[in-house]
Amino acid sequence: MKKSNGYSIEVSNLTKKFGDFVAVDSISFQVKKGEIFGFLGANGAGKSTAMRMLCGLLSPTSGEATVGGYDIFSETEKVKRSIGYMSQKFSLYEDLTIGENIEFYGGIYGLSKLQIKEKTEQLLEKFQLTEKRKSLISSLPLGWKQKLAFSVAIVHNPEIVFLDEPTGGVDPITRRQFWELIYEATNSGVTVFVTTHYMDEAEYCDRISMMSEGKIMAIGSPRDLKSEYSSSNVDEIFVKIARGGGK
Amino acid sequence: MRNIKIILVKEFRQIFRNKQMLFILTFMPVLQLVILANAATFEMKDIKIAFVDNDLSSASRQMIGKFEGSNYFTIAGHLESEKQAEQALDKGECDLYLAIPNHFERDLMREGASPASIVVNAIDGSKASLSAQYTNSVINDFMQGFTADNIGYSSKASNLNLLKKINISYANWFNPELNYQAFMVPGLLVLLVSLVGMFVSGMNIVREKEIGTIEQLNVTPIKKYELIVGKLFPFWVLGIFELAVGLSIGKLLYDIPIVGSLPLLFLFGGVFLLLVLGIGFLISTTADTQQQSMFITWFFTVVFILLSGLFTSIENMPNWAKIITYFNPLRYFMEAVRMILLKGSGFSDISFHFIVVCCYGLVINVLATLMYRKTN
Repeated sequence: MKKSNGYSIEVSNLTKKFGDFVAVDSISFQVKKGEIFGFLGANGAGKSTAMRMLCGLLSPTSGEATVGGYDIFSETEKVKRSIGYMSQKFSLYEDLTIGENIEFYGGIYGLSKLQIKEKTEQLLEKFQLTEKRKSLISSLPLGWKQKLAFSVAIVHNPEIVFLDEPTGGVDPITRRQFWELIYEATNSGVTVFVTTHYMDEAEYCDRISMMSEGKIMAIGSPRDLKSEYSSSNVDEIFVKIARGGGK
Repeated sequence: MRNIKIILVKEFRQIFRNKQMLFILTFMPVLQLVILANAATFEMKDIKIAFVDNDLSSASRQMIGKFEGSNYFTIAGHLESEKQAEQALDKGECDLYLAIPNHFERDLMREGASPASIVVNAIDGSKASLSAQYTNSVINDFMQGFTADNIGYSSKASNLNLLKKINISYANWFNPELNYQAFMVPGLLVLLVSLVGMFVSGMNIVREKEIGTIEQLNVTPIKKYELIVGKLFPFWVLGIFELAVGLSIGKLLYDIPIVGSLPLLFLFGGVFLLLVLGIGFLISTTADTQQQSMFITWFFTVVFILLSGLFTSIENMPNWAKIITYFNPLRYFMEAVRMILLKGSGFSDISFHFIVVCCYGLVINVLATLMYRKTN
């Protein structure tokens, strides 16, 4: 059953074990509609695992969670219809053109031929790529590819978009432009759930959570956390938490 | 259905954009049928034979003359002693030598028999036994002629007459000229279809894993069966296409007999493709990289080919190997193709093969579908 209470994501006591190893240890949090929620943590802290459970790529060991109002255990397919996803690995087909990628992903989410055509024109124009209409994705620079990948991930106007380290490996300017795209998307009501290990990016989020060893150690707006941990930036908070959580 | 169509459009675009793949798909049938059909032949030509003639009689010369007149032999030399002949064999100057003893003619006249010896280089066993057979048949030929010519002279001629009387004749059914290509080309067709089915399809799915797009597919609402059908159908089409191309080359180049029904052949081919595509798909669910997938597929392919009856007859295999061949999908198609093309077998003749391939395909594909998980 779809619940509607102002939250896009609700998680309580979500746990994932791989054998004896507890990758995600009973985490609980909520993400409001239209919010940009930053999911921070060191490599191996469990953030990707947690995100993959929410996207329906991994089945949780225990706990409860709803995404877009749908239960991630019993309504996986409905969850999948209401989310977009962009992984740290590149997610567009390099041997297809921009239009063909949109046609494929848009088609799968049930967009009509007309909608696909409109979206393609919109995006080509937005990124000033009209001359590159016929070129394959592989011929574009990484920054463009990532911006396009994000645009394709939200081509079907999902309620929530999950971004798994979307800005890995690109220069600061392109990262900024990428975040402008994210803001633009939230203006039209999309909830953004983003994992990153760039601490400066955390400042762009409405709220952030910090994970360490499978647990959420801190959660709140960047400003609140900074005063709580009496730090001048998110980086410092991160180091404090990673070293043992002292405030 | 809509999703399947969308996946198919994407897959075909990618296949036709992949130049390497197109090259392989075009040249594999040509290469295999043009080169392999000729190279992998058991027909013997130019067997290098040396002679050690210790008799130097008219009989011995007559016998050597028979070899000189044969298309199968080239004369590597007339040597003085067996020692020399052995050296020549060692150096590879000849494939075999025929040593004719002293008093060859005299013994032949008097007793109707004389012990000549053939020594063959048997490093290549099948070549050795074939050349020995050819040699024997030339000698027999000589003996019959010799006996007929000398019938008046010999007191023991009655013995030799027997040879003339026992004249075994052969009739080679279904391949009357013992045309090697008629046997080989249908087998190569099976190989072709299997390689497309197992290698190319498996690699395609693993490739999406490698570049990471499989995750993107798994978060979409595509249903599992839609993805599988969308992924495998293009290769089914390609497999059927390869079969048609291969068959055309076989007909045009080698004029292989097509006695049976082509629709039956393609029906069997279509079902067989579902089976090998399933195997490729099953392997791809367990492999994470294209190398892994290649390696596993290669392992199975070698076993399947060697136990398929392509080169060696299954009937001559030891019992335990015969049992293994029952699990080999290639075996069934190999037999069916040869039966349909060469013998003109109808559906009832190959119904056992057909049913086995159907059931096998069903099991493999169900297994592969269960193994493929959108959610881990």
